[in-house]
Amino acid sequence: MSWKQLEEGAVVKGGTSSSYIVSGWRVKKPIINEAKCTNCLICWIYCPEPAILRHEGGKVTIDYDHCKGCGICETECPPKAITMVKET
Amino acid sequence: MTQAQTARVAALQGDEAVAEAVRQSDVDVIAAYPITPQTIIVEKLAEFVADGKLKGEFIPVESEHSALSACIGASATGARVFTATSSQGLAYMHEMLYNVSGMRLPIVMAVANRALSAPLVLNADHSDMMGSRDSGWIQIYAENVEEIYDRTIQLFKLSEDPRVMLPSVISFEGFILSHDKERVRLLDDEPVRRFLERPRHIHRLDPDEPLTFGAIANPDNYYEFRKQQSEAMNTALHVFDEVEMDFEALGGRVYGAVDAYNTDGADTVMVINGCAAGTMRAAARSLNASGENVGVLAIKLYRPFPVEQVVAHLSEAKSVITMDRSMSIGAPSGPLSEDVKASLQASGMSKQVMSVVYGIGGRDMSVEDGKNIFGMAKEGSSFGAALMYGVKV
Repeated sequence: MSWKQLEEGAVVKGGTSSSYIVSGWRVKKPIINEAKCTNCLICWIYCPEPAILRHEGGKVTIDYDHCKGCGICETECPPKAITMVKET
Repeated sequence: MTQAQTARVAALQGDEAVAEAVRQSDVDVIAAYPITPQTIIVEKLAEFVADGKLKGEFIPVESEHSALSACIGASATGARVFTATSSQGLAYMHEMLYNVSGMRLPIVMAVANRALSAPLVLNADHSDMMGSRDSGWIQIYAENVEEIYDRTIQLFKLSEDPRVMLPSVISFEGFILSHDKERVRLLDDEPVRRFLERPRHIHRLDPDEPLTFGAIANPDNYYEFRKQQSEAMNTALHVFDEVEMDFEALGGRVYGAVDAYNTDGADTVMVINGCAAGTMRAAARSLNASGENVGVLAIKLYRPFPVEQVVAHLSEAKSVITMDRSMSIGAPSGPLSEDVKASLQASGMSKQVMSVVYGIGGRDMSVEDGKNIFGMAKEGSSFGAALMYGVKV
């Protein structure tokens, strides 16, 4: 693209990473054990990407399109309800 | 000269003149860390904010790296932002300099030049500025305190122009100018405020309409962002003239991108930047009074480099002297010399150029020194290799 068409100083609209699928980056993926999950939202706070989705009533699920498989959620989960499982 | 616009005459140090210009420029955010010989700027501005004379935020920080980082955040909100530093402080800002220019944030900075450690010295040379020469900031070198004051105000207008949107530095020698009290014809607050009308085009961080600053640019488009900066620099050369014309209507003072003394038809023209230009003009005047024919070309606007004007003023000279107050150790000559030689070469001109390094670490430069250097050029013995003038051997 010509320099004339690019945004000045590479200042662009925010939130563009939501359209960028990173699921291919993962070696392991987090699996939530719903029986152990207390909906404390610690994973939602710690996740460096917006890959933990909050639902009505506090239930959490994982947005695998935006999860890079870093495993922070597994480490931080107080009731050990998240386990990293090797991608197949 | 429109004397009517001059509100009052004051005796100010260079640093005080910067602070007064920043106050009148109605700056919103200042983040700076004190370092000799720039400290007075920071002290004065902190005082202005504390006394309510400047309705802005003064952010005290723990380092220059943090100072410029805070400035980046503030500038991204659309605020008018200023900082100041010297020497190691500018070196410590180095990483952030490229972020500011890359994100096209029109931050204005004052640099009271000081040579770099080690060994530690407090006095001036241009090695701090020359270390940041390629970082995409507009660079102006002032010669006296009134020019420091005028240029500081001008730079906000130049940087914030929608055709430019580049950060800028007003550079002046530490102690020689930063602590020297000189006569300054100050302007009224209100005309300065009108001169620096608030731009409306500047990006503003807004929670409702989020923006990404410092996005990733891969090899397929990074180069094009640099091209944008390069084009903006070229445009700044012309906008600079407009700003000077507008300022002339306000303050009655105009300096030019270069200042030429007796360059037309001179045998030898000396090219120099910074406050020693005046000393060299005195040397040239004295020589010309005794039958010589020499000129001095002072480079005021160093980035963007005014190639066409420099070449035009050197076109008739039989020989050229370049004066660098910094060293590029291991290079064929100093940075100013290389800019001059490259400009001549690009214009198809071949001149004898004597590359002189002087004033390193605050070494004094006198009128007699100037006459000596012109004398050496006349003898013609020192063309070619760079000469370290005045070094003890």
